[in-house]
Amino acid sequence: MTDLNTVFAHEPRVKTSLLTQDEHTKKRNAAERRFKSYGIAAVLIGVFFLFVLGFSIIRSGLPAFSNVVIGVELTLSQEEFDASEKELFKTKAYQSLFNAAVEKTVVEKGISVEFDNAAIERIMGKTGGTIRSHYRDTQSDLGKSVTFELPVASRVDGYMNGRVTRDTLQDSRFLKLSDLDLVDGLVEAGVIRNAFNWNFLTGADTGVDNPGGAGFGASVVGSAFMMLVVLCLSLPIGVAASIYLEEFAPRNKYTDLIEVNISNLAAVPSIVFGILGLAVFIQFMHLPQSAPLVGGLVLTLMTLPTIIISTRASLKAVPPSIRDAALGVGASKMQAVFHHVLPLAMPGILTGTILGLAQALGETAPLLLIGMVGFVARGYPDGFIAGFTEANSAMPAQIYTWAARADASFYEKAWGGIIILLIFLLTMNIIAIILRRRFERRW
Amino acid sequence: MNDMRTVERTVDEQSLKIAAKNVQVHYGDTHAIKDVNLDIPDKTVTAFIGPSGCGKSTFLRCLNRMNDTIDICRVQGEILLDGENIYDPKVDPVQLRAKVGMVFQKPNPFPKSIYDNVAYGPRIHGLANNKAELDEIVEKSLRRGAIWNEVKDRLDAPGTGLSGGQQQRLCIARAVATEPEVLLMDEPCSALDPIATAQVEELIDELRARFSVVIVTHSMQQAARVSQKTAFFHLGHIVEVGETNQIFTNPEDPRTESYITGRIG
Repeated sequence: MTDLNTVFAHEPRVKTSLLTQDEHTKKRNAAERRFKSYGIAAVLIGVFFLFVLGFSIIRSGLPAFSNVVIGVELTLSQEEFDASEKELFKTKAYQSLFNAAVEKTVVEKGISVEFDNAAIERIMGKTGGTIRSHYRDTQSDLGKSVTFELPVASRVDGYMNGRVTRDTLQDSRFLKLSDLDLVDGLVEAGVIRNAFNWNFLTGADTGVDNPGGAGFGASVVGSAFMMLVVLCLSLPIGVAASIYLEEFAPRNKYTDLIEVNISNLAAVPSIVFGILGLAVFIQFMHLPQSAPLVGGLVLTLMTLPTIIISTRASLKAVPPSIRDAALGVGASKMQAVFHHVLPLAMPGILTGTILGLAQALGETAPLLLIGMVGFVARGYPDGFIAGFTEANSAMPAQIYTWAARADASFYEKAWGGIIILLIFLLTMNIIAIILRRRFERRW
Repeated sequence: MNDMRTVERTVDEQSLKIAAKNVQVHYGDTHAIKDVNLDIPDKTVTAFIGPSGCGKSTFLRCLNRMNDTIDICRVQGEILLDGENIYDPKVDPVQLRAKVGMVFQKPNPFPKSIYDNVAYGPRIHGLANNKAELDEIVEKSLRRGAIWNEVKDRLDAPGTGLSGGQQQRLCIARAVATEPEVLLMDEPCSALDPIATAQVEELIDELRARFSVVIVTHSMQQAARVSQKTAFFHLGHIVEVGETNQIFTNPEDPRTESYITGRIG
């Protein structure tokens, strides 16, 4: 007490008012304001880039959902069908029948442009095969009038969409300047028009010379089968592994080693998993190449660490008092975990799983190595089992394939594919949010 | 609750429920419990008092082997429950915990309905054959927990939605639902307000009729109010055990006296 008296005795107290801010407070407040404005600026920049990205994806991708078609009415009689089937070059016979129908349409619509069969083929591409397979599949259409809506050749499509102009076009065997007069006439008559491209949503990939017919559907199915494999393997394995490690395993140097390695695995570049999959699943185990089964297995390896880490985090977040409570009433350790801890950790586990799946869905690099790129998505698999074992592509791999092709309309398709991929990812994230809400409501 | 009520303190000739012999507990390198010998009689409230970190909670958790969940904890010595050593390798701790129930410091109801909270123990131990029996057990336990009248109309409401005192009484009801023989309470009132504390203390006094209750408390008044026997822990040793009356009015050891009068702790 005496000490305090001597220390404080002769120090006069400076009177300050609370109504005026002193220098120090002003400085602190200014720093806080500056920090807030940095934060707002960062958010705005992020939103701006997101907006630019969304805008450019939609602008570049939307044309993929519509295509330029030519609508021609054709009536094929049984005799013509039989005669064509007897020809040596069957599709050529159908082609000339179709060309005749186009000529008839041109005359009917009163378009006065000089043209020949070669011009029609330059505008439409080779259509004989399509016509033949239509009549072979549905012979009931014979003798009836059928309206064919066929995509035009890539360059004509480009002319309609502004990629090709009269100034830039040079006469070639693909398209001549004079053909454009016919195209203009057909557009005016409504024979060539824009239509929604259902084939893009439902079809399969085509060869490099037919961008108009290329579709994304088969690779969507391929991705779906892969995700099924990933979900069925990584969720049970990942959750079981994390429950064991978190709740049952003793803490020693072996489990520490496992823990460190799981964290490291999460950071391994995905292409490493791809080459591992190639070596183990295809070369050693002889599983079918390019199959969604192998793709799913590789992506499972990649997703497992993500799921294990997020599951362990959400198990750790469950308060220990709940475990004590369960053990205190005589529950065994397993009962405590499965009756009380796991339900509480469920929202976190689901979120982690769906994030892992979304990451796997967008992964391209490992798929390159197991052969899911290139012209593999020729059609839909025949049946459920074949969906896993038949060669197919996946969404990101298909986008990669298209982006690598020379024809500009494939580039458009790639953007269109990105839109569908993003819609898929958004849907998955929404499902994650709904599931989380649902489980959280069970307090 | 009239304070410092020390009437009826005489312990009748009662059977021994738990006997601890030379119990040593190590947490890694720390020697937390040293040479503890203690007899806990049946149908009595035994209070453990002592300053923070003296080992009373650790010793309490030894009585139903809750320390098994801590990897670095080692227990030596014998703890006999009705003459059987609970640390015998043949003893399954899960079976033991059904006999020795526990109530924790912080109310920790399961995030389920009030009904499910109480019904969980009987369910996993198969105490009820059908829904009617289970309903009966739940009602009986909630009545014993002195909370039945407050919750009987909302058994489906979440247990976590109750007030702190109600939650703790729910936890007590949950603990008695499995018909344990011993009830361990680790500072059951430290998170409660005085009114809730009074209710829980009254409840503890009633539970004495059926169970052997062991309670850890920081409040000397509480020990005096609810217990018949008191053990004073200090630095891992038991300094003094005796009838509560005698410990609080006429302690033998000077350390006990210092603690009770507030000079150490």
